[in-house]
Amino acid sequence: MTATLSSPTGAEPTTTASGRRAPAGRVARESPLSRASAMIVMLVFTLYFLIPIWWLFIASTKSTAQLTSTAALWFADFNLIENVSSLLAYRDGVYLKWMLNSVLYAGAGALIGTLFAAMCGYALAKYSFPGRDAIFNVVLGGVLVPATALALPLFLLFSQVGLTNTFWSVFLPSLVSPFGVYLTRIFAAASVPDELLEAARLDGSGEVRTFFSISMKLMLPALVTVFLFQFVAIWNNFFLPLIMLRDETLFPVTLGLYAWNSQVNQIPELRLYVLVGAFLSIIPLVITFLLLQRFWRSGLGAGSVK
Amino acid sequence: MSVDVGTGVVSASRRRARPRLKVQHKKAIAIFIAPFAVLFAFFYLVPIGYAVYQSLLVIERDGTFGEAREVFGGFAQYALVFQNGPFWQSVTRVFLFGIVQVPVMLGLSLLFALLLDSPLLRGKRFFRLAFFVPYAIPGVIAAIMWGFLYSPNLSPFTAITQNIDFLSADLVLWSIANVVTWVYVGYNMLIIYSSLLAIPSEIYEAARLDGAGQWRMAWSIKIPLVLPAISLTAIFSIIGTLQLLAEPQVFRTFSSAVSSTFTPNLTVYTTSSVPNVNLAAAFSVVLALTTFVLSFGFLKLTQRKEAK
Repeated sequence: MTATLSSPTGAEPTTTASGRRAPAGRVARESPLSRASAMIVMLVFTLYFLIPIWWLFIASTKSTAQLTSTAALWFADFNLIENVSSLLAYRDGVYLKWMLNSVLYAGAGALIGTLFAAMCGYALAKYSFPGRDAIFNVVLGGVLVPATALALPLFLLFSQVGLTNTFWSVFLPSLVSPFGVYLTRIFAAASVPDELLEAARLDGSGEVRTFFSISMKLMLPALVTVFLFQFVAIWNNFFLPLIMLRDETLFPVTLGLYAWNSQVNQIPELRLYVLVGAFLSIIPLVITFLLLQRFWRSGLGAGSVK
Repeated sequence: MSVDVGTGVVSASRRRARPRLKVQHKKAIAIFIAPFAVLFAFFYLVPIGYAVYQSLLVIERDGTFGEAREVFGGFAQYALVFQNGPFWQSVTRVFLFGIVQVPVMLGLSLLFALLLDSPLLRGKRFFRLAFFVPYAIPGVIAAIMWGFLYSPNLSPFTAITQNIDFLSADLVLWSIANVVTWVYVGYNMLIIYSSLLAIPSEIYEAARLDGAGQWRMAWSIKIPLVLPAISLTAIFSIIGTLQLLAEPQVFRTFSSAVSSTFTPNLTVYTTSSVPNVNLAAAFSVVLALTTFVLSFGFLKLTQRKEAK
């Protein structure tokens, strides 16, 4: 199979760049019945995908009593601000600590991880040296190893050196992105022309400088894709912090909310805080996704080929 | 005449004999590769090796209260793994889960991708975004959310949840399956859709001239051409299914039907909390090997089918 970069060809015949439909001169071969049923199917599933999130938003605006007494899919009193304030004040603002931890683990982790993966993928693509293919095959094997399979081994290792229950016990393993190496290698091979590198060399630019000033810009869609992917992977990674961390102030927000949720029977007011906390925690994620999703698409196009 | 970037040597016709290839830019290559390679070695390779090593040890004590020593035990831990009933029940459970959930999820993803790629829909961008949003929700949060949605009291759908106990022993596995499906359908849909977009339109023109309708084109043209993307999503879904931990662990607080050994990874976690690290390591190795064999096997199977 040949590698193709995703550039929408004529396969999307009905929408132009401005989103307008193609002129009505095209004969519509699809019956109104087909089109109606397609729309109905998609709308039904839109409800399936979005109603839980809508419910979470509504629930976050209610007081505890109203959670059970009022209609679940619409507002009662709009208490969102008060709920958020009490959430942030609860237990000395541990929730904010959790959010900061998540941002550090996932944001800084994905940023550095993407950089390291891009450097490695670039070198594998643009230079030849002995052992290059061996390294790439080992990395490919690493792509197939899920994060959960590594959690216990990492715990064993960190226990041995007494580094469990620290920030680094979650942060450092998050910097490794074999998928990032895979994707950037493909992308670098396809989008960074050798002639450009030669020209830079003739101009006297060092290899590293060329990478940072020229090649990285050319690889940008892949970099964003890798960053998003790694960010999601780290933010979602549950087993690693679960097994490594005991100290509540080190928890990422997912683990913290899980811990609260486990105590709901003993501490009933936590129920509302879990809901409000969950809602707050997904806002930055959803926004980031919606903003960066077009990079995702073009990067995926390069990577989803065998 | 051509310039070979790797050797920097202009090859003219007289350089036919194979020269000793000099590796250029050694320092730059080292700088580029080192950070990732070091971290990969420390946090992928070494842990795996160490876990295998730990799984080969047993604890020996001098009497019940004597000091514990770790000694080489050969495959003693693995013998325990294979005798462990609940562990293999959990394996069967995730297999059952996978056989149902993965095809359903990928079937839906494929359907939505095909619909997005067809002229049947308006507002495609809206659907693309709406379907992708659940992927932005971490699995733990999605599980917490759906745990509430399934509850007989707090759910918006109490009419349903008060009559059907989604958290009972019979249904809880499929309730969890629903959570996983909810999160990942949009993501897989986008992967398949990206692959569909790369199909050149000339193929469709030719098919249309031959009189093929939308469904015929989807069946005979689109699906075969995106099989690589589908098999990619299938492999990652299989891997994910075998590794199931976060959603069942969250559901333990909602339902007593989820035991501490509900899935293989839960068994690993529970065993390590005892703490019985050697046995947990053995479970972990067995699970990892099974995952690897299955995903690798599936990969080879689909590659062979493509090659035909």
